[in-house]
Amino acid sequence: MGATTLVLLALASWCAPWLTSADPTLLDPANRDLLPGTMGLLTLSSGETVPHLFRLGTDSYGRDIFSRILYGGRVSLVVGVAVAMLSLGAGLALGLFAGYLRGVDLVLMRVMDGLMAIPGILLAVSLVALWRASIWTVIIALTIPEVPRVVRLVRSLVLSIREEPYVEAAVAVGTSTVNLLVRHVLPNTLAPLIVQGSYVCAAAILGEAILGFLGVGIPPEVATWGNLMAEGRVQFNQYPHAVFFPGIFLTVAVLAVNLLGDGLRDTLDPRFSRRGWQ
Amino acid sequence: MLRYLLQRLLATIPVLLVVAVSVFLLLRLTPGDPAAIIAGDNASDEQIERIRDGLGLEKPLAAQFVLWAGKVLRGDLGESFFFKKTVAQLIGQRLQPTVALSLCTLFLSVLVAVPLGVLAALRHGSWLDRLLMGFATLGFSIPVFVLGYLLMWLVSLKLGWLPVQGYRRLQEGFWPFVRHLVLPCVTLSVVYSPLIARVTRASVSEALTEDYVRTARAKGLPAWRVVLRHALPNAAVPIVTIIGVGLGLLLGGVVVTESVFSIPGLGRLTVEAVLARDFPTIQGLILLSSVTYVLLNLMVDLSYPLLDPRIRFK
Repeated sequence: MGATTLVLLALASWCAPWLTSADPTLLDPANRDLLPGTMGLLTLSSGETVPHLFRLGTDSYGRDIFSRILYGGRVSLVVGVAVAMLSLGAGLALGLFAGYLRGVDLVLMRVMDGLMAIPGILLAVSLVALWRASIWTVIIALTIPEVPRVVRLVRSLVLSIREEPYVEAAVAVGTSTVNLLVRHVLPNTLAPLIVQGSYVCAAAILGEAILGFLGVGIPPEVATWGNLMAEGRVQFNQYPHAVFFPGIFLTVAVLAVNLLGDGLRDTLDPRFSRRGWQ
Repeated sequence: MLRYLLQRLLATIPVLLVVAVSVFLLLRLTPGDPAAIIAGDNASDEQIERIRDGLGLEKPLAAQFVLWAGKVLRGDLGESFFFKKTVAQLIGQRLQPTVALSLCTLFLSVLVAVPLGVLAALRHGSWLDRLLMGFATLGFSIPVFVLGYLLMWLVSLKLGWLPVQGYRRLQEGFWPFVRHLVLPCVTLSVVYSPLIARVTRASVSEALTEDYVRTARAKGLPAWRVVLRHALPNAAVPIVTIIGVGLGLLLGGVVVTESVFSIPGLGRLTVEAVLARDFPTIQGLILLSSVTYVLLNLMVDLSYPLLDPRIRFK
């Protein structure tokens, strides 16, 4: 169920240009603050005006909210997937070494403990503040707080895997350390890692929206779900729909990824429990 | 027992050290002159010069860290040029709303999540269990600010039961204080309690399969007494642990919640400081919340032997 919803959301945001004729960045003072379902005149990029149904209304600049949500979905999903991939990659590399080399383990794990003590969203917010926000700095800033969790997971998996007979056998026949890690240990960490990856993805989508909502994320002119809500909150009393519709899409997306994670966990690895941030 | 206490105390030292180094490096690894960054965009040259002297920038990095850490240990978190106050003063001013919000959320979450978790464990696999766990996933997935606005719209704007935004100090009267705190607390609890409920359910269901529970039931104890006297105490350690771990989530959630409900606490201060790129304040806030998190989790660690006497002998 999570996977289906996710595919639908991804398809919708990828096909945004075909699903809606409205340009998400088009400013139109004539169409300001329209309620959902209003018919209005839309100016196309060619300059002609056509009747257009504003399914979810418009914001205070007269931009079509439905179209902005679809385009915003691209950013959210890209950030989610990118953060998941990056933190899995970094966490896997560090975790493998920590789990296998005793000397590295002690120092690295203390560093990871320390990083984990800093509330994730605070760390991300301040990193973005340092670097000035763009989609890349947001991705990196959301990745850094997630890495220690992945490292911990990989390390604990490696610690149990290295006691297995097949690892002993590989050592006995003289396999090199790198080869051993890549050929024998790595494949056995994959299932729980994929599960963790989906939770990281959900947390990242949420994190990106939080940064946008607080006004410190991806620059406000880009349509993202968080930015849409940040703009909508100014006029929340009169036009709550400008906050609610992006919020609904965001909730559904995060829920879908979390459900996907739960489903994967139940099929791949029943022992593993969830973690995250808000 | 004493050895266990000492061990735990010593274990927090490297963690605190890493936190301090990270917070210190946050500023030093940024391209540009740290003194100019601290001073902000509209500072005079002599101000920057004065900050530069205070930081000891001409010394090696390690010496700079020792200088900085020494000041922090004496309670000197630096000076905010944006707010024109010392960081310690700023934090002092904004502390009360955040403490009130966090404590209320903590109590409310535990009060709701533990009984519901036990209930789900008792009815393991039933429709009630599935319903509760479904709500838990939903609560975990719904962003704090979406839920905050939804509740604000419904309860405050449509029904008019509670004030929309803002905060009243406890000194301004108990009733206004509570009325302004209800919605933010409920919002944050919805996000925090699923975590506790899930772990309670898992931990209690495991305890319920133990022999002593069967014995207690067999000798005719009513179900609620078995849960309270036998299952819950034995399931307590993971529950208390997740409450501690979840505090990180809570401290992060406070930032967003305060922003939604316009509460002038440390969370709002964080956002204001970030928008103004006021680094001494940002550093102070990260340091404060991380140290709070570490110390609270130390308390959780120290409570283990009280909850489970077996741990003492490990």
